[in-house]
Amino acid sequence: MSRSDVLVSADWVQDHLDDPKVVVVEVDEDTAAYDKNHIRNAVRIDWKKDLQDPVRRDFVDQAGFEALLSAKGIANDDTVVLYGGNNNWFASYAFWYFKLYGHGDVKLLDGGRKKWELDSRELVDGANVPNRAATEYKAQAQDTSIRAFRDDVVAAIGSKNLVDVRSPDEFSGRLLAPAHLPQEQSQRPGHVPTARNIPWSKNANDDGTFKSDDELRDLYQAENVDLSKDTIAYCRIGERSALTWFVLHQLLGQTNVKNYDGSWTEYGSLVGVPIELGSN
Amino acid sequence: MCGAKAGGPELAGVDVANETIIQGSVTRDGEPVNGYVRLLDASGEFTAEVPTSATGQFRFFAAPGSWTLRALVPGATVDRSVVAQQGQFTEVAITV
Repeated sequence: MSRSDVLVSADWVQDHLDDPKVVVVEVDEDTAAYDKNHIRNAVRIDWKKDLQDPVRRDFVDQAGFEALLSAKGIANDDTVVLYGGNNNWFASYAFWYFKLYGHGDVKLLDGGRKKWELDSRELVDGANVPNRAATEYKAQAQDTSIRAFRDDVVAAIGSKNLVDVRSPDEFSGRLLAPAHLPQEQSQRPGHVPTARNIPWSKNANDDGTFKSDDELRDLYQAENVDLSKDTIAYCRIGERSALTWFVLHQLLGQTNVKNYDGSWTEYGSLVGVPIELGSN
Repeated sequence: MCGAKAGGPELAGVDVANETIIQGSVTRDGEPVNGYVRLLDASGEFTAEVPTSATGQFRFFAAPGSWTLRALVPGATVDRSVVAQQGQFTEVAITV
């Protein structure tokens, strides 16, 4: 696995907008962004309605993922290119889903929607939706080698790498959520003891593109993360840590990295688990 | 497009007294600009980012203290320093 297999430039996407075997998919935190405008021929996946179980706090199951991709007109042998706002937070989250359910060829648009907009590239009106014929998509069973659960996190305290990718103010307990969201939440603030605070934003340039492999390697080395040890990344709900998982697992080729999608909204609500306050 | 509105987007349903709100608008020659605003903490570390609304507005729910706002629009980047307090609106008009 290397950078060119999983990350494509805006120019590459521009050149493949009419390729029927390349499906561009927008996944945004603001699920209405697609309705305003989007990249021509892009389809939308709604991270809340499409990717989450409507009742339990969990993902859509394998059959649900198959039904979703079939309805979106995505075939098993299609190249899927994901992009979104917020520096690809939710596009990275969707990337991790596609890998979790075993999709062959999936890539991120480097810089996502922001880079596309800052380049002043074409966006079509929201009503301009492509017509893709339904497929019969077959997903694989979840690959739990890339998904961490709460017991894995508790067991990792003091032994494995825990990377908390939230902002320093969320890590220290000063904020409970990213600062563009209201803060009214009931769980305890803080972080998992022994976690290193390496905000997701350190992986990216201002325009949302990823830093070079060398810069990324230097970043984790400077933060004393021994990548030969198993690593679990977490944030608040697992989307920003999916971006860090993408960096470590996909760009840097570290196969022993998991994303903890329960993240702080689960861990910070558990009874009796250890919590630490303050900065690194 | 109408002119930029003062202040941030609608606040219906938010308990304003408990929030530390930093909001404002990004304009060029009095007209709203579509782009992004980043919130950086006192050490310059990224804390949050929002796209500007159709009327050029942005809003953050921060904590009391010193912050930097960084507007990113096609062809320009502009920084502004602010000090925010709980229960108050810190209004910032950014021109690019």
